[in-house]
Amino acid sequence: MTSLANDRAPGDTEMYAEERSSGSYGAFIYTVGLFLAVILTATSFWVTNTALLWPPGIPLGLAVLAIAQMGIHLVFFLHITTGPDNTNNVLALAFGVLIVAVVLIGSLWIISDLNANMMPSISMPNMQM
Amino acid sequence: MSGAVVALNGVPQARVATSEAGPAAKRIVVTYGFWIFLLSDIVMFSALFAGYAVLVNATAGGPTGAQLFNQGSVAYETACLLMSSYTCGLMSMAIGAHKRFATYFFAGVTFLLGAAFLTLEIREFIAMIDNGAGPQRSAFLSAFFALVGCHGLHVTAGLAWLMVMMAQVRVTGFSAVVERRLLCFSLFWHALDIIWVGLFTVVYLMGVSQ
Repeated sequence: MTSLANDRAPGDTEMYAEERSSGSYGAFIYTVGLFLAVILTATSFWVTNTALLWPPGIPLGLAVLAIAQMGIHLVFFLHITTGPDNTNNVLALAFGVLIVAVVLIGSLWIISDLNANMMPSISMPNMQM
Repeated sequence: MSGAVVALNGVPQARVATSEAGPAAKRIVVTYGFWIFLLSDIVMFSALFAGYAVLVNATAGGPTGAQLFNQGSVAYETACLLMSSYTCGLMSMAIGAHKRFATYFFAGVTFLLGAAFLTLEIREFIAMIDNGAGPQRSAFLSAFFALVGCHGLHVTAGLAWLMVMMAQVRVTGFSAVVERRLLCFSLFWHALDIIWVGLFTVVYLMGVSQ
C-alpha cells in the first residue's frame, strides 16, 4: 500500500485481527438472514394466492410480513446493532421511520378525508383524469 | 465490541469505555454519514409510495394493477435482488479478508443478478407500454412508473458504482479508502433490497389481491 495507508482520522485504528478472521461466522449471519428473508417472501406470495385466509385481512398480513422482513434485512444485512458504535445509526433510523410514517399515514389520511368530502360528482364521460 | 484484550501495534491494550475511547474510527463515521444519506433516500421513496397509495384507484377507466401485474416475473425479480444482496454480503466478507479473487467473483455474481433484475423489470415496462398502459394512461400508471422506475434507476446507479469499485480494487488494491467505499456500496445495495420488499408488497402483491 502507498500513502493511503496513513489516511486515518485521529483515534482511528486498524480493523482488529479478530474481526478480520471472523469469516465463517459472518457468512453464517448472512445465510441466516437469507433463510429468514426467503421464508418471509414465500409466505407473502402464499398469502396473496391462498383461498384459506379471510380476504379483507390479507393487506394487513402482507404489511406485517413486509415490516418483519425489513427488520431482518436491517439486522442481518445492514448490521444495525445495539452496540455503542451503532447508537447514532439507531437514533437516525428512528427519526427516519418517524418521517416515513408521517408522510405515508398523513397523505393517506388527508386524501381519503378529501375524497370523502368531495361534492357528489356529476358524471363526465369524456373527462380523462 | 467486547472487553477483550487485544494487541495493538504490538502493545496489549484493554478496550476502554466508549466515553473514554476518543474520536470514533473513520470507518464508523463514514458509515454513519452514508446511513444518513440512505435514510433521506428512503424518505424520498416514502413520498413516492404515498403518491402511489393515494392514486392506486385513479385508473381513469384504464387497466388496473390486477389486470397488469404478472406474479411470476415479480417472484423472479425478488429472487434475483435477494440473492444479489446475499452475494454482496459475501463480497464484503471477502473484502474484509483481503481475498482478491473471491471479491471479484462475488462482485461479478452480484452484478449479474442485479442486471437480471433490471432486464426483467425493463421487459415488464416495455410489455406494459406496448399494451397501451404507459405512464400517460392514468394517474395510477404515472405513480406506478415513478415509484418502480425510481427504484430501477437506483439499481442501475448501483451497478455502475459496483463496476467503478472493481476498477478501483484492480488499480489500488485494498486500501483503506477503497474498503470504506465498498462498505458504503454494500449498505446502498442492501437498502435497495429493503425498498424492494416494500415495493413488491405494496405495489404487486396488494395490487393483485385486490
